[in-house]
Amino acid sequence: MYQTTYHRPTSLAEAARLFSEAGDAAYVSGGHTLIPAMKLRLSAAANLIDLRHVGELKGISVTADEVAIGAGMTHAEVAGAAEVKGAIPALAGLAGSIGDAQVRHLGTIGGSVANNDPAADYPSAVLALAGTVETDRRAIAADDYFVGLYETALEEGEIVTRVRFRVPEAAGYAKFRNPASRYPMAGVFVARHGDGSVRVAVTGAGNSGVFRAAEMERALAADFSADALKGIALDPADMMGDIHGSAEYRAHLVTVMARRAVQNLGQALAFV
Amino acid sequence: MSRVELTVNGRSVAREVEDRTLLVHFLRDHIGLTGTHVGCDTSQCGACVVHLDGRAVKSCTVLAAQASGGEVVTIEGLAAGEDLHPVQAAFREHHGLQCGYCTPGMIMSAVDMIRRYDGQLDEKTVRHELEGNICRCTGYHNIVKAILAAAGTMRQEDMRAAAE
Amino acid sequence: MGVEGIGARVLRTEDRRFITGKGKYTDDMTMPGMAYAAFVRSPHAHARIVRIDTGAAARMPGVIGILTGKELAADGIGNLICGWMIHSKDKTPMNMGQYPAIATETARFVGQAVAVVVAETRGEARDAADAVEIEWEELPAIIDPLQAIAEGARQIHENAKSNLIYDWEIGDSAAVEAAFQRAAHVTRIDLVNNRLVPNAMEPRAALGYYDAGSDHYTVWTTSQNPHVARLVMSAFYNVAPEHKLRVIAPDVGGGFGSKIFIYPEEIVCLWASKRTGVPVKWTGDRSEAFQTDAHGRDHVTHAEMAFDGDGTMIGLKVDTIANFGAYMSLFSSAVPTYLYATLLSGQYALPAIHCNVRAVYTNTTPVDAYRGAGRPEATYVLERLVETAARELGMSPAELRRRNFIRSFPHQTPVIMNYDSGDYEASLDAAMKAADYDGFPARKAEAARRGRLRGIGMSCYIEACGIAPSAAVGSLGSGVGLWESAEVRVNPVGTIEVLTGSHSHGQSHETTFAQVVAERFGIPLANVSVLHGDTDKVQFGMGTYGSRSGAVGLSAIVKALDKVEAKAKRIAAHLLEAAEGDIEIRDGEVRVAGTDRKLAWHEVCLAAYTGHNLPPGLEPGLKEGAFYDPTNFTFPAGCYICEVEIDPATGRTAIVQFVAADDFGRVINPMVVEGQVHGGIAQGVGQALLEACVYDRDTGQLVTASYNDYAMPRADDLPSFKVSTTETICPGNPLGMKGCGEAGAIGSPPAVINAITDAIGTNEIDMPATPEKVWRAIRASGLAEAAE
Repeated sequence: MYQTTYHRPTSLAEAARLFSEAGDAAYVSGGHTLIPAMKLRLSAAANLIDLRHVGELKGISVTADEVAIGAGMTHAEVAGAAEVKGAIPALAGLAGSIGDAQVRHLGTIGGSVANNDPAADYPSAVLALAGTVETDRRAIAADDYFVGLYETALEEGEIVTRVRFRVPEAAGYAKFRNPASRYPMAGVFVARHGDGSVRVAVTGAGNSGVFRAAEMERALAADFSADALKGIALDPADMMGDIHGSAEYRAHLVTVMARRAVQNLGQALAFV
Repeated sequence: MSRVELTVNGRSVAREVEDRTLLVHFLRDHIGLTGTHVGCDTSQCGACVVHLDGRAVKSCTVLAAQASGGEVVTIEGLAAGEDLHPVQAAFREHHGLQCGYCTPGMIMSAVDMIRRYDGQLDEKTVRHELEGNICRCTGYHNIVKAILAAAGTMRQEDMRAAAE
Repeated sequence: MGVEGIGARVLRTEDRRFITGKGKYTDDMTMPGMAYAAFVRSPHAHARIVRIDTGAAARMPGVIGILTGKELAADGIGNLICGWMIHSKDKTPMNMGQYPAIATETARFVGQAVAVVVAETRGEARDAADAVEIEWEELPAIIDPLQAIAEGARQIHENAKSNLIYDWEIGDSAAVEAAFQRAAHVTRIDLVNNRLVPNAMEPRAALGYYDAGSDHYTVWTTSQNPHVARLVMSAFYNVAPEHKLRVIAPDVGGGFGSKIFIYPEEIVCLWASKRTGVPVKWTGDRSEAFQTDAHGRDHVTHAEMAFDGDGTMIGLKVDTIANFGAYMSLFSSAVPTYLYATLLSGQYALPAIHCNVRAVYTNTTPVDAYRGAGRPEATYVLERLVETAARELGMSPAELRRRNFIRSFPHQTPVIMNYDSGDYEASLDAAMKAADYDGFPARKAEAARRGRLRGIGMSCYIEACGIAPSAAVGSLGSGVGLWESAEVRVNPVGTIEVLTGSHSHGQSHETTFAQVVAERFGIPLANVSVLHGDTDKVQFGMGTYGSRSGAVGLSAIVKALDKVEAKAKRIAAHLLEAAEGDIEIRDGEVRVAGTDRKLAWHEVCLAAYTGHNLPPGLEPGLKEGAFYDPTNFTFPAGCYICEVEIDPATGRTAIVQFVAADDFGRVINPMVVEGQVHGGIAQGVGQALLEACVYDRDTGQLVTASYNDYAMPRADDLPSFKVSTTETICPGNPLGMKGCGEAGAIGSPPAVINAITDAIGTNEIDMPATPEKVWRAIRASGLAEAAE
């Protein structure tokens, strides 16, 4: 790891001020993406601004229509929150399937959404649950937020403060994991909303990050069953390919995982 | 440089260290607790697992400065004097270790796992929960056995304590 | 058998330090004034070093020194060697390329050391290593061994034309051709034995210390064989004279072969300590381990087996290309020859075998012995062939094997090995029973109702362990003898210290070796301690690999115990005024047989040391040493049965049952033996399903350079295993042991693949059988549609 200077603000305002004053700076929350990258010297920030002690980023609130999760909530906290399990069990299940137990103790939803790793789990839920990413400056609809690989609508120094999810009628998540890294190679979050719309979001597979599968959404809106997805094949040209799975295989897996998500509503399933 | 203050295995420690110092190196190099190991550089193998503020974490993925102010328990702090922790005893009883290198992280993860599940574990759950810990010697067979046995022992101890 | 003696399930004495965090591994060692080394490594698979500029780096904070190959050469440090000479079939010696510990002119694989920085802290050393500027002239890299020997391929070493290290053969090709001429059936297969990275959980490390005051060197290092390290470092690398060099391998966190070899880093730490005047420690990180630990396997093989009309095997021919990487590692040359081709008879009475092996340089990390070393590759060839043949011949796989088993011993194979004992039918029967083989069709049908493809596969392996008779290996090209040494020191109070040249890095010697000693004299296990891993304490030793610690290391201890026992009896006979032949030692007592005249064990020991009343002419003391040179290899064998269920929609394979029935000869501690088998199976399953070392074919970059891309078996990839042993005593060593360390890794890969091919109805799939490969095979076979 390169040399760095650690800062520990206790408020959002202090965090933002430190960031702007520090120059070369990065926010760190759970640190489970940033610290590994820094260890391998793939990432170098002269200043690290730790958000774990910012009280404003904590907390979960649930209404009939919405689940709102503070950016500083860890995956373990979200997975274990009775109110999340009650409102959107597939979301709690997804949080409980990220990484491993130790990672879930520190990794946060804010960090995951801000980083937008193309193989992260949360972005698929944010998109499929018509979520809103709130920051210290504004609220951004999920459809506008995820821009590309590791790219979001966040501006320099902007801090994700809360992520809001629309409570669906039914939702399910299924993922097929890379046997080495255990990140999803194809993760599909399917949600049927009260207005009759269906949103299907795919992570781990697309070559430009998380995306909505429009054809699947149309098919499921007409007939919300696994059979409705039969025969729908995504274009491998839009998929990632690597040593663990070709683009063609990933395209196939997306359909399989979408079917399994529909067959197992209220759950998050992980294969491998 | 940062001043890092921690409670480690019940003892207060404070050191001036580079801000980039990882918790695992703070423990190993600065306060001489070499039971916590480093087996990878991508936060996967779990040889470095310690408890930070009561939860299992990978100490290779936390800066000492981030942990400052917190409470850390390492493998060295698990036994009560001469008396092994039930998980330590079970690893020996069931031959859950060979070279011993992954063992401290395995044991710290197992203690955390048993606590989170209140001792209600089955083989499938234990295997799933161990995905953050890699062992190359045992094929996990006896580690799984040891954790299930320890969970049983700890539940019995809890019930006995509750009854008294 | 006493409660703590041979055959007892004794809990390990070494455990306490490991479960309490008190183990002492190399990186746990510190010394006053210690500095840290960080290596500058080649980012290219093949490149010429044009210029190295250390100026800016040398001025960085904390830097004590920066050293390159130039200084290394100036100090006369020798090149790394391969210690086993193989001659090609045209009688020419193998082509060993020059392998300096730090590259001077050319780097030939990604990760090869180019310079080393010594600095006050880990971080400072790494910072400065990053600041060393190197101008490179990139050269084309060759990754594929077939391309390496293709015409016009760029030569990697000056002395290895066509990148060929040797072209070697064994067996009688004329006899094999004759067998194929008259064959009723021939089965043919093409296989790749995938390259693996050993991945002991403790990364390699070294702490070198030169004491200028006494002109003495010490190195703590992660070694499976510290004495071999000392011998090689002094005799060949010229780092320090042998009598002034102490090598300590303290607790070592797994090896699996990868810590046999003497690597550049430990040489450099020791040398750099003398150069800089401070103790120098290097601790590899996992990325360095992936790039620089010797890899394993990596064969491309075509094989054919000939049968007569009733399924009897009559001939085998095998053609293998072995990828050695960029340099010849210490024992690399022996692996695909005398540890591979000599095992191609398997458990079968094959009358004619021929094998040709071409060893090839590529621009990849050097390849050497990894758990099983050659024997897994041989077993994979044979057991894939046999299973495929059974399907082609319409015979049950068990029946075809049974028909061809060797049934009388000793048995001379056509490829050197002389099997001393075994009962292959017994392990086959035991495994089939444990697996409920007959119930498989019902389980398959039940799985089909759940939409899963279920398959069963078996593998009957043999291995040659207990390596090895020194004269035999010497005649085959080994540069060293492969005996073992031991010393038994009985203290005046009757406690015993055993010093062994074997090294435990997970194998449990401190317990199992003590069991043998405790049993011999009937004393408590707690009164025996086992010392290993320090060249200043143990006189000599060849170390631990090749499942040799029991069959060879313990045999040396037994020999020393024999001498101790004889002397103790002589003393006791004198004290008890009886004939030596009437003295017996058991339960901690030394008695005159058939009488109540006796002495306590410790009384005899004390008498040996007081010397007040010894037989005339007898030296005082009770301490004996022995060297044991094995008379033959040992031949563990067994049968493994794997049952899988495949999800046809994703191609994912789940192992639902794994059975192992092994014959290891006499077992000292069943708990320890079972643990060895469990671990071996996990590595074998890893090879079959998960693990692949992948290089980019164009750039030569290692793609699988971390656990993000190299899939290590995790707990949820594996089931609990059903393991058992059958026993035929090995006639070649005093305890009748065969060895158990490698069996699991040898027997399991073909069992897994045979189960998968059974499930999906094809004979072809390469390891690792990743979900995508299996999915593609299923799609090609049309089974996928049925499952959807």
